[in-house]
Amino acid sequence: MEKILKKYKHASRDNLIPILQEVQDKEGFLSEKMLVKIGKHLKLPVSKIYGVATFYNQFRFQPKGKYHIQVCRGTACHVLGSASVMQELKKILKIKNDETTRDGLFSLEIVACIGACGLAPVIAINGEFHAKVSSESIKKIIKNLKK
Amino acid sequence: MSKIIAIVGLGSCGIAAGAGKIFDKLNLFAESKKYDVLVKKTSCIGMCYREPLVEIIDKFGKYLYGGVDENILEEILEQHTKKQSPLNKYVVHSELLKTKDDVFWEGQIKIALRHCGYIDPESIEEYEKYDGYKALRKIADKNISRDDVIKEILDSGLRGRGGGGFLTGLKWKFAKAEVSDVKYIICNADEGDPGAFMDKNLLEGDPHSIIEGMIIGAYAIGASVGIVYCRAEYPLAIVRINIALEQARKNGYLGKNIMNIKGFDLDIYVKEGAGAFVCGEETALMSSIEGKRGMPRKRPPYPAVSGLWKEPTNINNVETYSNVSWIINKGAVAYSKYGTEKSKGTKAFSLTGKINHGGLIEVPMGISIHDIVFKLGGGIQDGKKFKAVQLGGPSGGCIPAHLDNTIVDYDSVNATGAIMGSGGIVVMDETTCMVDIARFFLDFTQKESCGKCTFCRVGTKRMLEILTRITEGEGKDGDIETLETLSYQIKDGSLCGLGQTAPNPVLTTIKYFREEYEAHINDKRCPAGSCTKLLSYEIIPDLCTGCRICAINCPSSAIDGAKKEIHFIRQSDCISCGICVIKCNFDAIKVY
Repeated sequence: MEKILKKYKHASRDNLIPILQEVQDKEGFLSEKMLVKIGKHLKLPVSKIYGVATFYNQFRFQPKGKYHIQVCRGTACHVLGSASVMQELKKILKIKNDETTRDGLFSLEIVACIGACGLAPVIAINGEFHAKVSSESIKKIIKNLKK
Repeated sequence: MSKIIAIVGLGSCGIAAGAGKIFDKLNLFAESKKYDVLVKKTSCIGMCYREPLVEIIDKFGKYLYGGVDENILEEILEQHTKKQSPLNKYVVHSELLKTKDDVFWEGQIKIALRHCGYIDPESIEEYEKYDGYKALRKIADKNISRDDVIKEILDSGLRGRGGGGFLTGLKWKFAKAEVSDVKYIICNADEGDPGAFMDKNLLEGDPHSIIEGMIIGAYAIGASVGIVYCRAEYPLAIVRINIALEQARKNGYLGKNIMNIKGFDLDIYVKEGAGAFVCGEETALMSSIEGKRGMPRKRPPYPAVSGLWKEPTNINNVETYSNVSWIINKGAVAYSKYGTEKSKGTKAFSLTGKINHGGLIEVPMGISIHDIVFKLGGGIQDGKKFKAVQLGGPSGGCIPAHLDNTIVDYDSVNATGAIMGSGGIVVMDETTCMVDIARFFLDFTQKESCGKCTFCRVGTKRMLEILTRITEGEGKDGDIETLETLSYQIKDGSLCGLGQTAPNPVLTTIKYFREEYEAHINDKRCPAGSCTKLLSYEIIPDLCTGCRICAINCPSSAIDGAKKEIHFIRQSDCISCGICVIKCNFDAIKVY
């Protein structure tokens, strides 16, 4: 984190989002402490930073799970049954959107269209796409990951 | 044995379908010299429904193979290297033979997507080989003035491909007219419409054409800083555009005194979005670049007068820029030959949903929706009945099957109540519930509303509540009228495009599918059989074998019956989840 801030030595307001992105990339999420630090660095009130961070879907305030599952909620995915995939995931993992399981294994995130509509419904686990998933196939995928 | 070339389509959808493994395998073959093959990569050619795709070039010509897995790959290579002939059954496209997929290509004119799927997007040399940076060179060599560049674009009739449809040349003219020390040129690559991926494919497949378009635009308006605002959900696109920018700098297309045009300095950099749909709106996008919450502001002043950091700014969409160098090369007349009177040229569409040939197409403006769905698109999946297309994403609307002779150009589509949008076409069949679709989009816009305007913030929320109620069987008399009133209020009371168009999906579905709303509200029935809460389930005694699978899987334990005896659903406990239907191996559960 210090390194990232050092990189943006003479940073101004327009560097805020890239800094938040880099910090999240490194740490997995944004904590209150980190936001305070960024605020001091940019000479911006933390409230402003929190305002920006909460505005954008990309930023999260809870650590990611070992397997970060992103469910696409695009139209093509919806028409082909992404809602039931999401429901099944919520049921088996017992978490809601933007939450992480207690064992830290899985986290769930709904994302806007990831642009792989030809393969709908799509989910991405740690960035790797799984095409044409169903509420059935998702069970197997999760089971395999738990092993 | 003659050497063959194998080109693998490595767009992000191809990679998801397994093209990465095919690419590795091919490289292995080439290294071990098992087959004499030169391996290359390209991006998506548009046939998403046939991924992974591999093109083989032998001494006779080109053959595009679809649905390739590792076994098929070996078969294909065997055939080409040993027998020197194609393996016809897997060929999906070739000029040398007919395939059943040819309909997908008939009627397509590729201008914006001219390089996608043909060149290696990470190689500037390949781009240069296919007329790359030729337009820029032409401007420099022939000393074409800034006004003449703008005139050419204006004459071509190119309109903003992001959805607005504003004349690009006019936009440039306004930006040029401003006097300022610094001007900005921005590429809007924040393709947020769910179901649209044209820009993603362009960024992944032909980043240099976008950069060249931006350089020409910068020359025309006098900009010295360029920014590509790309959404973070497209990691591969960001990687490739960054590679392309680096190459362009190295080859002197970016920097100081570009192409020896004195005083023409420009650098372009990428700014990643952070996941906010509203940032596709130009003023919100600029707030986001400035490091603020992505909230739109009032226009005028327009960005051409006061944009990024209050300086004159020109914003165009990815696809718009991609057309620019083609127009400069071939001339405005060649471009305006395509299209209709008021909408010139071609348009890229992403075709998804319940359609056989889902993928990316580019067609001249003026083609009918019927032709897109049934000719290029290959008709509806599983032989079901075509119901509607959704055009323009959350800001657009649904065009019903009986209006499928509507031609796609800006004005005809607007007349139906939908909008052209950025080019996402989602096809729906008889099993898609239109009320649910309206609810889906409202859910989206309600979440993405930035909250600045009260009507958009609160209004979309109220509309969503009503729609949710209707799909759950608790619709009331007067709901439709309330939805309509709210829609018009939101349209009038919102600053930006998001709010002004958010009610479109609701208004168009009410307009064309009012009876579906009424069935939900009055009869508590979903005609499409899609809203699970409105469905009832019953076991057909004649077909039930008493296997107990449904009973075991029922989450509310609503199914009674001993083993090998006919089961029975207790309606009082049934939560209408539909799991029993999926589980039953004997189709013994009736849904009504």
